[in-house]
Amino acid sequence: MVALATFLQRELRLLARQKADWLNPVLFFVIVLSLFPLGIGPEPNLLRIIAPGVIWIAALLSVLLAAERLFKDDYRNGVLEQLVATRQALWPFVFAKLISNWLSTGLPLVLLSPLVALLLNVDSASFLAMLLTLLLGTPLLSLLSVLGAALTVSADKGGILLALLILPLYIPLLIFASAAMEAAAMALPYYGQLAIMLAMLLVALALVPFAVNSALKINVS
Amino acid sequence: MALSDISRFVLLRQYGNMRPIFPVVDSKRPVIKHQPFSVIVGQELLQAQALSCIRQDRVLFEQLSFTVRAGDILQVAGKNGAGKSSLLRLLAGLSAPDEGTLHYRSQPLSDVVDDYAANLCFIGHQSGIHEQLTALENLAFWRAAAGVPQPDDYALLAQLGLAGLEDIPCNMLSAGQQRRVSLARLWFTSCQVWILDEPFTALDQSAIAMLQQYFLQHLNRGGAIVLTTHQNLTLQYNSLTTLELAYRW
Repeated sequence: MVALATFLQRELRLLARQKADWLNPVLFFVIVLSLFPLGIGPEPNLLRIIAPGVIWIAALLSVLLAAERLFKDDYRNGVLEQLVATRQALWPFVFAKLISNWLSTGLPLVLLSPLVALLLNVDSASFLAMLLTLLLGTPLLSLLSVLGAALTVSADKGGILLALLILPLYIPLLIFASAAMEAAAMALPYYGQLAIMLAMLLVALALVPFAVNSALKINVS
Repeated sequence: MALSDISRFVLLRQYGNMRPIFPVVDSKRPVIKHQPFSVIVGQELLQAQALSCIRQDRVLFEQLSFTVRAGDILQVAGKNGAGKSSLLRLLAGLSAPDEGTLHYRSQPLSDVVDDYAANLCFIGHQSGIHEQLTALENLAFWRAAAGVPQPDDYALLAQLGLAGLEDIPCNMLSAGQQRRVSLARLWFTSCQVWILDEPFTALDQSAIAMLQQYFLQHLNRGGAIVLTTHQNLTLQYNSLTTLELAYRW
């Protein structure tokens, strides 16, 4: 636990010193969503219809943007190799990465959701659904992007490989999240979709740390 | 020159317009306390039998056998590309040998790999230092990774000639100073086996002398060291073995 706290503190410090790494994806999210009303035209009903899909696609791509650099620095300067040699210390490191990744890429999206709702004319019922899906979905996005980053850390230009690996895993989330928001817009219950998203999150939370751990070990050996 | 003299010398130097706050260092007080590891004199710690390593279809070495006992220092020498780093990575448990076996305390390494890792301090070819973090923050990270509680890192860094540079991101330090930050880990680790890849790179003469002196202390405590270096060790070690790897096509 001491190690986890120290490692998390380190990650947060690094986020504070390398602001572009996490601000760019967040800005990307806002810019994409603010361009849609301009490009499609100020047609409130149309915007409301496309909002769920557009919001979630922008969220997926923005999280993907932040993923590539996750382990790169630590791989290049040998931190990763020497952590793998200690064996135990790799676990808190992986969890610190997961938490800091969500805090820097997932949480800003949740916090920006009122602004996004305003831009895309999302009504209050759908807004609640959007908030809930973002709260449940962004941790899952973080888990998957950490996994992708761990798998591609030793690849020189891993960006496109990372996208190919991870985007298919994002698709179930995209489907259920936008379905939940569409159901909310039609005043239908959407607990089913939320429950499936929660289930996906829990499964990923249980399995992804093991996969990340193994992926990092393979990549340094 | 005593260590405290080195740090005092560094205290006097100016680093641009940065005005670091100097900690009060009591040079008489022993700064670092070592957690003792259990030592059986002459115990076989690492035993390599008929190791082979193949990289990119090239046999780096084969049928390599040696033993590292408590108190031993093994210097791996050889030309660039002879397989020194690959051997060290094998010994650190980061990769598996293509042939042959490794034993730790007479047990196969794969059976006791967690025990071994807990007793191993590996500092590789890269420094293990994040450039955006300060010396103190880097040390705190490795301390947490090693599970060693927080004593006085200011004193440790001063001892290593880094007084006044504790709160500066490491990318502002010179290569040798970064190497010192990286090696500072050796001063608080409680591990018995040290595996060091080119520890003297970029260090100046006084730092090399200090490090070799510190190696001697570790050996006298019953520790074991495996290192690669292109420089000759200037200090006379009784238990030094040199392993010369030939470059093979």
